[in-house]
Amino acid sequence: MPQIAQLADTWSSQVFWLLVFFGLTFFIIGKFMVPKVMDTVAQRDGQIASDLAAAKSARDAADEQEEAWRVKENENRAAAQAIVSKAKDEAAAKSEKKLAAAQKRIDKKLADAELRIGEARTAALTEVESVAVEAAQDIVKTLAGVKVTKPTATKAVKEQLAHG
Amino acid sequence: MAVETAKVDPMKQFAIEPIAGTQGWEIAGFNIAFTNSAMWMLITTVVLFVFVLGGMKRELVPGRWQMMVETFTGFIDNMLEANIGKEGRKYVPYVFSLFMFILIANLIGLLPLGLFGIHPFTFTSHFTVTGVLAIISFSIVLIVGFWKHGLHFFSLFVPHGTPLPMVPVIAPIEFISFMVRPFSLALRLFVAMMAGHVLLKVLSSFVIDGTNAGAGFGALVGLPSFVLMIGISALEILVAGIQAYVFALLTSLYINDAEHLH
Repeated sequence: MPQIAQLADTWSSQVFWLLVFFGLTFFIIGKFMVPKVMDTVAQRDGQIASDLAAAKSARDAADEQEEAWRVKENENRAAAQAIVSKAKDEAAAKSEKKLAAAQKRIDKKLADAELRIGEARTAALTEVESVAVEAAQDIVKTLAGVKVTKPTATKAVKEQLAHG
Repeated sequence: MAVETAKVDPMKQFAIEPIAGTQGWEIAGFNIAFTNSAMWMLITTVVLFVFVLGGMKRELVPGRWQMMVETFTGFIDNMLEANIGKEGRKYVPYVFSLFMFILIANLIGLLPLGLFGIHPFTFTSHFTVTGVLAIISFSIVLIVGFWKHGLHFFSLFVPHGTPLPMVPVIAPIEFISFMVRPFSLALRLFVAMMAGHVLLKVLSSFVIDGTNAGAGFGALVGLPSFVLMIGISALEILVAGIQAYVFALLTSLYINDAEHLH
C-alpha cells in the first residue's frame, strides 16, 4: 500500500502541496470568486422580487381603475335610464292629456248630437200628438157626431200614447 | 514477456512519483518534491478555477455554464443555511472550496485518461491528503467553538438534559466521539476512493489476464468482469459525488456544533 509504504518519504510534500493548492482554491476561488457568483444570484433574486412587486402593484392599479370605471359606468347607465324613463313619462303624460282633450271634444259633440236628437224627437212627438188629437177630433165628429173639445182629446190621446 | 507486462498491480496507481525537485526542494529539512500527486492537485485547482470563472459573467439572465456554477454555490449555500442557519453564510467559501476540490479530484481521478498515456492520480485516495483536509475542518470547528463560546464550548460534551449522575459517564463518551471526528472524516473519503479504484484495477486485471489465458477464459471471466467494471465505474462516479457531499455535509454539521453547541 503506497500510502503507508511511501509515507515517510512523501508526507511532507503531500501536505505542502495540498496546503498550497487548497489554499489557492480557498483564497482565490472560495474567498474571491464565489461571493461574486452569489452576489449575482442575490442581485437577480432582488431584481425578480422587485419586478414581481412592480407587476403586482401595476395589476392592483389596473384593478382599481377598472373598479372606478365600473362605478362610473354604472352611474352613467343609471343616469341614462333616468333620462329615458323621464322622457317616457313626459311623453306618456302629454299623450294622455291630448287623449283627454280629444275625449272631451268627442264627448261634447256626442252630447250636442244627443241633445239635438232629443229635441228633434220631442218636436216630432208633439207634432204626432197634435196630429193625433186633430185626427181623434175628426174621427169622433165624423163617427159619433159628438164634438170633443181639444183639451179632452189631448188628454185621451196622451193616455193612449202613454199606454201604447 | 507477456506475463510481465500484463501484470496489473492494483496498488501501483497510488504510488507517488516525483516529477521535479526530488533533491534540494526542502523547507526546514522537509522534502517538498513536486510529485504526480501535486500535479493533479494543480490540475484540480485549475479545472475548478476555470469552472468557477465561467460562472463569473455576472449576467442577469444566466447561460448554461453560469447556471451550473450558481447551482453549486446555491447548493452549498442551502446546505449551510439548513444545517447552521444564518451564521452559515460565512462558511460558504470554505465549504464550497472543500466540496468542489474533493469532487473534482474524485471525478478527475476516474477519467479514463490512461488510454492517452496519462495516468490520473486520485490524491483523495491518500490519507495524508484527506487527513489534512479533515484537520483543517476540525481546526475550524475548534477555533470557532472556543472563539464564540470560550470554555463554555466544553458543554458540548454534556448534552442537554443529562442527569447529573450520568455526566461523568456521558462526557468521556462524547469527548471520544468528538475526537474521532477528524479520523472518521479523513478515513471515510480515503477508504471509499481507494476501495473503488482497487476494485476497478482488480477487475481490469481479470479482464487482461483472462483474455491472455485464451478465448474461453476471456469469455468466461474477462467479459463478465468487463461488464461489471462498466457498472462499477458508474457507481464510482456516484461515490465520488457522495463522498464529496458527505465530507462537506459533516463539516457543516460539525461547524453547527461549534456555532450553536447543542
